[in-house]
Amino acid sequence: MKANEHEHVIEVTDLRRVYGGGFEAVRGIGFSVRRGEIFALLGTNGAGKTSTVELLEGLAAPAGGQVRVLGHDPYTERAAVRPRTGVMLQEGGFPSELTVAETARMWAGCVSGARPPREVLALVGLARKTDVRVKQLSGGERRRLDLALALLGDPEVVFLDEPTTGLDAEGRRDTWELVRALRDGGTTVLLTTHYLEEAEALADRLAILHEGRIAATGTPAEVTASQPSRICFELPEGHHLGDLPPLPELGVCGHEVQGRYVRLRTRELQRAATRLLAWAEEAGVELRRLDVRSASLEEAFLGIAREAAAGTASASADVKEYAA
Amino acid sequence: MNQAVTTSRSRLTALARAEMTLLGRSKGTLVAALFVPLMLPFTVLSVVGEMDLEDAGLTVGTVVLPAAVGFSLLFAVYSALVGIFVTRREELVLKRLRTGEVRDAEILAGASLPAVTIGLVQSLVLTAGCAVLLDVSAPEAPHLVALGLLSGLVMCAALAAVTASFTRTVESAQVTSLPLLLVSMLGSGIAVPLEMLPDRLASVCELLPLSPVILLVRDGWTGGLSAYETLGAVVTALAWTGLALFGVRRWFRWEPRR
Repeated sequence: MKANEHEHVIEVTDLRRVYGGGFEAVRGIGFSVRRGEIFALLGTNGAGKTSTVELLEGLAAPAGGQVRVLGHDPYTERAAVRPRTGVMLQEGGFPSELTVAETARMWAGCVSGARPPREVLALVGLARKTDVRVKQLSGGERRRLDLALALLGDPEVVFLDEPTTGLDAEGRRDTWELVRALRDGGTTVLLTTHYLEEAEALADRLAILHEGRIAATGTPAEVTASQPSRICFELPEGHHLGDLPPLPELGVCGHEVQGRYVRLRTRELQRAATRLLAWAEEAGVELRRLDVRSASLEEAFLGIAREAAAGTASASADVKEYAA
Repeated sequence: MNQAVTTSRSRLTALARAEMTLLGRSKGTLVAALFVPLMLPFTVLSVVGEMDLEDAGLTVGTVVLPAAVGFSLLFAVYSALVGIFVTRREELVLKRLRTGEVRDAEILAGASLPAVTIGLVQSLVLTAGCAVLLDVSAPEAPHLVALGLLSGLVMCAALAAVTASFTRTVESAQVTSLPLLLVSMLGSGIAVPLEMLPDRLASVCELLPLSPVILLVRDGWTGGLSAYETLGAVVTALAWTGLALFGVRRWFRWEPRR
């Protein structure tokens, strides 16, 4: 096995997926994942995460574009790719009437170089559940069984579709630890999630998917940095936005007003906040519900959703953008 | 640690073993597969007893024996497998298996193996039982009986997969499998020998999927087929088997409809 640090294990170019009814779930996306990296596809439900991952797993042929996993097409060169990948689907996939141990044994018989099933079951904390039927497992336990089987063959690349959905806080932490341990062992991990904190905590790099397109990509820090910080407050009675100093002078690059509630966006948080507060002090105005915060991944994520909503003309909010 | 690369055989064994365990836990399927084919020959026996078989050169034994094989193929193999394929698909088991190293054909073969084995063993037991109880002598052309039985097993498994492709839920599997069950029982010489039907109808019924299977088993046993008739039956049996396998490639659904 070559352990080339910069080798691209997954390469996606101009990928498209169209369903039978004509719905275009993936609309020309491209990204690449290096060996030993955790890459997260982040997005709301319906953003195209699962549709994308299924193409990477080779479960369906793309309508356009190209996927390379370990240098091969995962759909047409299945036999070359499958022994080196591990997959966890978004849900289900095991006969409900088999026990955990029977399921693991069946799967082990189908995986090259399988580790002893007991070992991986212990790894995900299912050692005591081996004689329980799959249908009697909780949702979280089923997710962990699925994860165990995805790891059974010591794969080089692991695809995890929403690995922590349905897990409690502790189970989620355990899974995160496991995913980090995989990465530290040199495994490449591509996961999807709609939990921001999960992407922030785990991903070396991520892409935010929105309506089948990549809205932002980079390290969590890069994605965050591309987004403005914000200042929120409530204007007191009798005051209008026009009473403030001209917004561009404050270093504000966009604003929204909902009733009396004002939300300013800025890339110069300290300057904008200082000038705003100086104005308030001078005018003798109290800014209620004042909230000043620098950009976070959450802001970036919401910002992308907001931009999309603005595209479809939001009725209640007055949204203004101007060149920074 | 086991570093072995999996082979077709190890994968099939693992899948078939799991499927066998599941079959043992699915009481409804098991009862239908094991006991229905054992009961139905008795109903045929009572009907056939009242027919005038001698003109057609048949005996009660040579009618009930192939009928028993037919029931086994229909209930232990075809009908059971339609339900099994649909259940595995709806549980996303087929989709999950396709993410791994197992080939598509192995997934289907592994799922079919227990039911096909039951069908084979049952057919052998039933023919042996009929031969002894109904006083039928040893088969004249065992190779034709074997060919009929084998093509019947493969064809029924493949037809079950095709039927499953057009079946949305486990419940509706009982309805979607009915047409082939009824048509085969009435028109393929299982419940009624084709010789007892009007000529024109019989010549159409000869083209049904299970007709050549039943014909090969029956006349392979009695040795009553001319070379020309044998060829016709073999070609029809292989054509249906090929067609069913093509249908699987063409239509089989690996995951539920969205």
